[in-house]
Amino acid sequence: MAQVLVVVDAADGSAPKPALELLTLARRIGQPAAVVFGPAAEQAVPTLASYGAAVIYLVEDPAMLSHLVVPKVEALQQIAAQVAEGDGLAAVLLTASTEGKEIGARLALRLDSGFISDAVDVAAGEPGSDHAVVATQSVFAASFLVTSAVTTGVPVIAVKPNATTPTEEPTEPVVQRVSPELSAAALATEVTHREVRGSSGRPELTDASVVVSGGRGLGDPSQFEMIERLADLLGAAVGASRAAVDAGWYPHSNQVGQTGKTVSPQLYLAIGISGAIQHRAGMQTSKTIAAINKDPEAPIFELTDFGVIGDLHQVVPALTDEIIRRRG
Amino acid sequence: MPRIVVLVKYTPDLTGDRHFLPDGTVDRGAVAGRLSELDEHAAEQALQIKEKHDGWELTYLTMGPDGAVDALRKALSMGGDAAVHVQDDALHGSDAMATSLVLAAALSRLGFDLVLTGMASTDAGMGVVPALLAERLSVPQITFAGQLSVSDDTIEIIRDSDASTETLVTRMPAVVSVTDRTGEARYPSFKGIMSAKKKPVQTWSLADLGVDPASVGLAAARTAVLSVTPRPARTAGQLVKDDGEAGRALADFLAAQRFI
Repeated sequence: MAQVLVVVDAADGSAPKPALELLTLARRIGQPAAVVFGPAAEQAVPTLASYGAAVIYLVEDPAMLSHLVVPKVEALQQIAAQVAEGDGLAAVLLTASTEGKEIGARLALRLDSGFISDAVDVAAGEPGSDHAVVATQSVFAASFLVTSAVTTGVPVIAVKPNATTPTEEPTEPVVQRVSPELSAAALATEVTHREVRGSSGRPELTDASVVVSGGRGLGDPSQFEMIERLADLLGAAVGASRAAVDAGWYPHSNQVGQTGKTVSPQLYLAIGISGAIQHRAGMQTSKTIAAINKDPEAPIFELTDFGVIGDLHQVVPALTDEIIRRRG
Repeated sequence: MPRIVVLVKYTPDLTGDRHFLPDGTVDRGAVAGRLSELDEHAAEQALQIKEKHDGWELTYLTMGPDGAVDALRKALSMGGDAAVHVQDDALHGSDAMATSLVLAAALSRLGFDLVLTGMASTDAGMGVVPALLAERLSVPQITFAGQLSVSDDTIEIIRDSDASTETLVTRMPAVVSVTDRTGEARYPSFKGIMSAKKKPVQTWSLADLGVDPASVGLAAARTAVLSVTPRPARTAGQLVKDDGEAGRALADFLAAQRFI
């Protein structure tokens, strides 16, 4: 069966949740094959095997982390050529992070393929149709669903986190170490310093199934404690509007919106956020959206499945207490 | 003379109601356009480099329909020396691959030491054109810069990536995209607006660039739209006014959706 290459960034040796989602989606198209980047890539093998990776390519060259984007593109290009000559290459799936999209676009250009970005679903095409793989995107403030297919070359598709729920399918993978030949151009942009942000103990914002976000409506930076408490009860990541970040109330790394992170969780809870278009651009593909805001005209209510018009300082503690009470 | 080229895009106003045309492309005529606000940050950084370092020439480059020249004039009113508008009927429906092909051809013709762009367009917003330009031009890319400094032929930037803060270094010529974190863009002065009208704006066609019209536009796209389905409006959602019970009602909703 033709392989579906799934790109896994294992900088710290663990397989991120979006990669497990891609392995789950890849089974619909062909044989899942993980390409794992990072010196500690081998540590991710057991997890990837339990999520269906039949073949695992380990690319442990430190250049994958010390130089920007191009080393990964060159490694993928070489693995793609090897697979195409062997089992055949059905598709390449990446996570639609900023880096994942850049790698995907550059790889597609080198493979003379088309590239689809920000897919919210990927499926095999109808039997007998011209298209082996069909991707779904959500566009214009999530007001349209668009299905599309790559018409030239091997489909390269960047998929948003939370496109599916990862399901286990244990395999006994064939593990292969790959030492790509890197060009001088691949080493052109060097990462001279990298400071990993301290872990909050909460899920990664872009991967989280649930996101609770706060905005200027909180009135005071200390009120983010209330947001964090609710987030922890829901196992959620904490987000913030640009206005709250610009005011210095919460770190930029937690900003949701056009110039911050794009999130697509199962549940997005917006608290004290009016829903400016720039914010909506970062969260509008969330599956379920709820909001609490005192202004009945707030544009966020155009998106909500459940909206509460009221004082968040009353509603949030009431919600928190109610969740605790129900859990006994 | 070292040259910075800033890429700008004329994009539909985001608050307008956007639609598709029957050929599956976005109806760009339906909504008033403007200089993409994310590109203003690139123009601002270019102007600061020009002010700090003697002898740099600043050229703006855009590709798009007639109205796109408005985006160039707006950028020129902030500062800078000249502008180029790539315009050709064959460009309609061009995807990121074709856009990068045309812009790379224009950049090669212009010559450049540094290409600055916004982090993404405010309409399509894939954010991959800078990476594709670097690929096509065989020069280094640095994207999503939050701080930027240029010395001699070296560029150093600091950026927030998904899990870390990174410092990146490369040599020019290079393609660099900048985020809104680099700082507010200046407002054009009255003098700037008046002098922008006299600055040279050239219009180039695909023939001027030696680009085959068959390699761009909708027909050359390597992806095809199969279906477009309007989503049912979310206005069917429940909206409750807090009477002291809304916290509980929201908990009921979250429980029904199995979040608690």
